[in-house]
Amino acid sequence: MSPLDLLVAAPLAFMIAALLSGPWGRWWLLAAIPVMAGLTVWLLLLPEGSGHVVGGWTLPLGVQLRADGVAQLMVAATAVCAAIVGLYALHEFAPGADRSETAHGFAFWPLFYLLWGGANAGFLTTDLFNLYIALEMVSLAAVAMAAMGSLRAALRYFVIALVGSLAYLLGVALLFSNYATVDLTLLAEMARPDLATKTALAVMTAGLLIKAAVFPLHGWLPPAHAAAPAPASALLSAIVVKVGFVILLRLWFEAFPAIIAPAGLELLGWLGALAVLYGSVQAIRQDTLKALVAYSTVAQIGYLLLAFPLVATAAGTGGAWAGMTIHATAHMLAKAAMFLAAGLMLKAVNGHHLKDLHGLARAMPLTVAAFGLAAVSLMGLPPSAGFLAKFLLLEAAVEQGAVFAAAVLLVGGLLAAVYLFKPLAWAFAGSDTPVVVAKAPLRTAAPLALALLAVSLGFAGQAMVDITAGSPWAGPPATEAEDVQ
Amino acid sequence: MNEFLPLLLVFLPFVPALISFALPERMAVWRDVINISFALAKLALVGFLLLSVEDGVTTEWRYEFLQGHDFILRTDAFALLFITLSAFLWLIATVYAIAYFGRGPHLARFFGFFNLCVLAATGVAMSGTTITFFLFYELLTLATWPLVVHKGDEKSLRAGRIYLIYTLAGSAAFLAGIVWLKSLVGTIEFTAPPDLSGIPRLELTLIFILCIGGLGVKAALIPFHGWLPEAMAAPAPVSALLHAVAVVKAGAFGIVRMIYDVYGIDTVSELGLGTPLAVLAGATILYGSFRAVMQTDIKKRLAYSTVSQVSYIILGASLIGPFAIIGALVHLVHQGIMKITLFMCAGALDNRMGIKSVADLDGAGRAMPVTMAAFSIGALGMIGVPPTAGFISKWHLGLGGLQSDAPWVIAVLAGSSLLNALYFLPLLYRAWLLPPSAKLASVRELDGAWNRMLILPAAITALATLAAGAFATFPFSPLSWAKLIAESGYLK
Amino acid sequence: MAIVEHLYPLTGAVLVGLGLYGFLTLRHPLRQLLAVNVVGAGIFLILGGLGRGADSTDPFPQALVITGIVVAVALTAFGAALILRVAEDERAPDGTAADDTNGNHP
Repeated sequence: MSPLDLLVAAPLAFMIAALLSGPWGRWWLLAAIPVMAGLTVWLLLLPEGSGHVVGGWTLPLGVQLRADGVAQLMVAATAVCAAIVGLYALHEFAPGADRSETAHGFAFWPLFYLLWGGANAGFLTTDLFNLYIALEMVSLAAVAMAAMGSLRAALRYFVIALVGSLAYLLGVALLFSNYATVDLTLLAEMARPDLATKTALAVMTAGLLIKAAVFPLHGWLPPAHAAAPAPASALLSAIVVKVGFVILLRLWFEAFPAIIAPAGLELLGWLGALAVLYGSVQAIRQDTLKALVAYSTVAQIGYLLLAFPLVATAAGTGGAWAGMTIHATAHMLAKAAMFLAAGLMLKAVNGHHLKDLHGLARAMPLTVAAFGLAAVSLMGLPPSAGFLAKFLLLEAAVEQGAVFAAAVLLVGGLLAAVYLFKPLAWAFAGSDTPVVVAKAPLRTAAPLALALLAVSLGFAGQAMVDITAGSPWAGPPATEAEDVQ
Repeated sequence: MNEFLPLLLVFLPFVPALISFALPERMAVWRDVINISFALAKLALVGFLLLSVEDGVTTEWRYEFLQGHDFILRTDAFALLFITLSAFLWLIATVYAIAYFGRGPHLARFFGFFNLCVLAATGVAMSGTTITFFLFYELLTLATWPLVVHKGDEKSLRAGRIYLIYTLAGSAAFLAGIVWLKSLVGTIEFTAPPDLSGIPRLELTLIFILCIGGLGVKAALIPFHGWLPEAMAAPAPVSALLHAVAVVKAGAFGIVRMIYDVYGIDTVSELGLGTPLAVLAGATILYGSFRAVMQTDIKKRLAYSTVSQVSYIILGASLIGPFAIIGALVHLVHQGIMKITLFMCAGALDNRMGIKSVADLDGAGRAMPVTMAAFSIGALGMIGVPPTAGFISKWHLGLGGLQSDAPWVIAVLAGSSLLNALYFLPLLYRAWLLPPSAKLASVRELDGAWNRMLILPAAITALATLAAGAFATFPFSPLSWAKLIAESGYLK
Repeated sequence: MAIVEHLYPLTGAVLVGLGLYGFLTLRHPLRQLLAVNVVGAGIFLILGGLGRGADSTDPFPQALVITGIVVAVALTAFGAALILRVAEDERAPDGTAADDTNGNHP
């Protein structure tokens, strides 16, 4: 047995268990957390890059699961996020007098485990077709969770996500016709820069950009993420978009680094820059809290794309690579914290607008503190993990003379400060708001724990850099290209 | 043990910060006691370090937080100059804040962030590398924001917004500068200035502009001074400690570090960067004084006076000469003591008698003689009347100007002193010589422990202003310490 | 001869094109869902046709197609249910639809 299989199988088992046990399904979480925590620790202890082919088939046929640096980091961050969001959801979806809430509560748990299992599969697999399955598992769970908030937004999300999946699948079919394999590691060895491969890469990338909500294909994200219940929004923004991103990484930097034209990387970089600027400006213009946080996700995803050209030309340092993956991790934790905190604040004031937050810093200091700490990481201010990521990326950009990317990094941080301090300013306004005693301490603790983690991970910088360095393509792909030829 | 001393010194305020956040309002007395005792403990620690640094023993703590990036805290003489000032004034301001607020709302939050600010200011002082400096510099921005918006009214929220936009934009420029410089020469430790020969002049100049521009925002150098007068919407203890001391000093301190410990005076003078900066500082001095004359609100007038006075430090640092740098270093301390006195008095006048504008001051000297006496000493110090601390600063700066062949500095100093007199003397005239209104006459300044506690800090710093001037040649006086720093490496 | 050899992939490509055209021109979600299914069918045809060798048939692409069809069926069913729920909501007389329980969205 290997933790690699179990990390995918265990959530699915919990999904079935949760489905079967009806109203008691939510209590499976208490079993799932220690099990998944144990498996994650096991995964982190595996030697980096150790792979495992499921079911004993040999490679072209079998499906390989592999623990490289990025997978280890993302699976671990997902486990932390999912566990804490799950604990929050235990309260959020506790059965009450309101029937609709219990219906949500019943539907949430199977979807929660489906998403968890799908995300783990997406991070661990090197098989492109299996990645398609993982993508669909995650999308299905995500759409259903979005439907808990707004059916119309969910439907829009569903239709667009379907197109993304099919574009990806089309690419898989083209690659298979060309190489007779869909395993990334094998493809990397025999990649040829022919038209079919390039077409495949292009359509797959387009599909994944939809899934990762990269500008200008982000349109589905803000309504879907803003309308969903807080724990669902947290999972959607934290985990779901990262699955598309990680698959994109595997395609561009593991399977086909040798055939990628610099122009393609530049294009992705530009898209990222536009996403940062557009998402931030939109976030500034929002007057409802959750829409603001959702647009912030669009902006933050932009940094990941912005890093693509930096990673590809990193002069042997791998700093850009580490910066990008740490950014993904930091965003995961901070955004989950922020959505949970936003959910608590909005529920307390029974409103949706920024001005409804008036005086909340006194009424619920811990929740506002969680929001503030998450904001520190998203703005990329020290000592948070978000700062570390931005610093590494900035350093890489400056070393490579990528002035524009450096400017976007700095300006993006400033814009983030503008939109994130807006809700905080409302929370700090006034001085006569009465103190509200938290009814569920666990629910208050959840966003705070995530936010503190996002901030304090900045102190574990070198450890994270070391983990991310354990990816087979963490170095500059220039050397990889030489290997191929 | 000794290597952890710097760490302890920086993170000591973290304990009262956490306690302040956590303690419920009904245990406010405990919060006060803990805050004061930690401030005392820090002062004791600083005293111990002063003795060891005078013997030439510097301690440092380093931690490699990223490969190739060291986090270094070091107690060198220059760091201790700033730390001693902040530790002393922290104690003073804590006592003052307790008396000023009494038992108002959100004080847990106030003292929590207040402590974090002191932590950040100490960290700024002890940073041994540019990146460490940046970490604390940014933390200072973040921890100050909740204090600026403390009152929660429209005006403070606006001030908070402006403050953030200015300072975060400044930090971004500074970060760009230090990352750029690091990509050229590797890690920059303040004790071992990097070798900058061989780097194109244009690049060095641009980096210098980015860094000084970024630091200049906090130091309120024109045209980046706009946030400081706005930030006066904050309560008086915040204006007193932070805007007069911690925040603007962090910027000025950083500029001195950039010139002397990163670029080195030789490179700065070779690139010809000192004179433009000195001219900019001179312009700020005159502009700030000029604007101060036109303010009718006392705190605003003091704020523009700060804009002007902080640039004395930058002027001294950029003139590059033994007397000039001694003037700059000593003014770093003197301005802090004098300005905190003025702000604490202004706060007390507002708190006790509701005096906000200059016109309300008539006869205040008779109603609150101790407060107004302290205010007068601070004001005379600002003008530079001997034997106050301000005279020592201006004397050295003037000599420095002559020594560096920049006689125009004398004109700037004279003009500024004239303007200082123009905006401070009418206040003193109104307070002491005009008849008080009926409302003021009924105030009894020293009745009750709270009121005595409100006046005491300003009285102490006013005496310190006199002492720093009169006993300037004694060991451990700010002047002697500034000379020690200058001799230990800044004179070359 | 060449046409016959590439009959499956070519038909698949035509289906993909048709489906994509339908998706872009049609506005009703149900029609869009059907169009997407046509695209899916085209892709499966491309994949399935690849395994058709001269003498033996490669089972691997067939396995992929079957898995893909299962996923497509599941998603179509889910999408149809979602469309149905939206339609029910729109028909709700009092306007207090279950949609926008959070009210964030106009």
